[in-house]
Amino acid sequence: MSITPWERVKLARMPVRPTGLDYIERIFDQFLEMHGDRFYGEDRAIVGGIAFFGDIPVTVIAQQKGRNTKENIARNFSMPHPEGYRKALRLMKQAEKFHRPIICFIDTPGAFCGLGAEERGQGEAIASNLAQMMLLKTPIISVVISEGGSGGALALGVADKVYMLENSIYSILSPEGFASILYKDASKAEQAANDMKLTAQDLYRFKIIDGVIPEPAGGAHNDYNLMATHVKAILETDLEELLQLSTEELLQRRYQKFRRI
Amino acid sequence: MNNIFKPKQYATSNVYRVKPQDIVRTEEEKPNVPQGIMTKCPSCGKVIYTKLLLKNYKRCDECGYNFKVSANERLAMILDDGELQEFDAQLSSRDPLNFPGYGDKLVKTQTQTGLVDGVVTGKGKIEGQPVMLAVMDSSFFMGSMGTTIGEKLTRLFERATRERMPVIVFTASGGARMQEGIFSLMQMAKVSAAVAKHSEEGLLYVTVLTDPTTGGVTASFAMLGDIILAEPGALIGFAGPRVIEQTIGQKLPEGFQRAEFLLEHGFVDQIVPRDRLRSTLGTILKLHSVDQKDWKDQVEPD
Repeated sequence: MSITPWERVKLARMPVRPTGLDYIERIFDQFLEMHGDRFYGEDRAIVGGIAFFGDIPVTVIAQQKGRNTKENIARNFSMPHPEGYRKALRLMKQAEKFHRPIICFIDTPGAFCGLGAEERGQGEAIASNLAQMMLLKTPIISVVISEGGSGGALALGVADKVYMLENSIYSILSPEGFASILYKDASKAEQAANDMKLTAQDLYRFKIIDGVIPEPAGGAHNDYNLMATHVKAILETDLEELLQLSTEELLQRRYQKFRRI
Repeated sequence: MNNIFKPKQYATSNVYRVKPQDIVRTEEEKPNVPQGIMTKCPSCGKVIYTKLLLKNYKRCDECGYNFKVSANERLAMILDDGELQEFDAQLSSRDPLNFPGYGDKLVKTQTQTGLVDGVVTGKGKIEGQPVMLAVMDSSFFMGSMGTTIGEKLTRLFERATRERMPVIVFTASGGARMQEGIFSLMQMAKVSAAVAKHSEEGLLYVTVLTDPTTGGVTASFAMLGDIILAEPGALIGFAGPRVIEQTIGQKLPEGFQRAEFLLEHGFVDQIVPRDRLRSTLGTILKLHSVDQKDWKDQVEPD
């Protein structure tokens, strides 16, 4: 019954775990993918587009892990470059224009760390998302489906409602990175996972997230459809609630949600 | 201007603040000569009279190397008469994760540095222009951002929004405060939100990026300024150079992630040497002190 934080880390990283597109296929209809940030390029680590959620058109954005090695290489193991965040922001602004709610699926070990990412302003791209998402005049719901790593995850996480799947993690850094910085030993990742308090249950206790979405027995990978049904149910309830709020109240609540942390 | 480096206490914390002479210097800054009469430049090796160095904005007159400056030294360099009305001086972290050893280390660092946490915030004047400002101090947990820095900055921006005042932030940070985990991460969103609200009101925000500005600070308020200035040679980036080298398995090119590199790539408005920083900020504030909207209303015929 009691799963250790490290076991959750391993569950969250299982290659067979459902990815963003697996949820998109099961929850939305007529998903139409949109590409490119209009400045530099297309980042396949982030998938974005428009779809129907029941009768409501929505904008969906997901950090996308590959389902095999080849796809993982194409998607850079779901570690976005600045153009990925800029594409996400472009689609979110478009959603605002057309009064579409935004649904984000967070699943990244972290923003990519490399020459190009720095040259093109990884920091600036993430910062812009944080500031702009706070002002978007349309409801935003973010769900951490597997790994929520650092600023790279938060850049899709400034939302009216934030959920985590039962075996997902959300943290300042990977446990390995954390261990190498604080314990000077990357192999102490298991201890780091304990000390960091990175599980969905921890974050719910801290009131940083709005809820924990239960997974099928043994983990989300055991039943994609059931898992998607659980996520869909939450989205339905929350969208209904959020769509009833005035824009002013929506933004006020979003601000307060992060303000009190 | 002669007295700008007179030791001055901007806040009086009965708990943690210590006399300036008790402040422990970092290894890099430690004078190599007893009593600190002379200081050796870590970049070119020149031995400089410490008094002269202080007069010269802690810049090496030989190679232009910028010695690290504390928050108090920075305030003395920038503000009219070095006067700051400090806000939230006593705010301290509450160890939200109950992280092993962190509470003790916090108290120890507070005693050693005379700081309560890694940022000083308040209100002052630059060349007669009133401004709210925050100065980070990299001697405190490498300037890492935890809940205290996040809260102090958020309060500063909220206050500046209410009082319709410009904000200047001097960044110096190794990134997020690891020991405060997810709470540190969330400060990025919290501060950015307050910046966004301040900006929405048409108010000015200037950032001055100093060495080093990395991680979560770069990926939030450091890069959100209407105007972004940087000190020459400052390391500015999201991922730290060591982490990138480990990831890509090769040495980084010379000058990578330095202020000049960021200017070249379009992320910084100007690189300003220390001796011109005060006048540059003064000019920026003056340029924004005229409310263009009112002026336009007045001159346009109905």
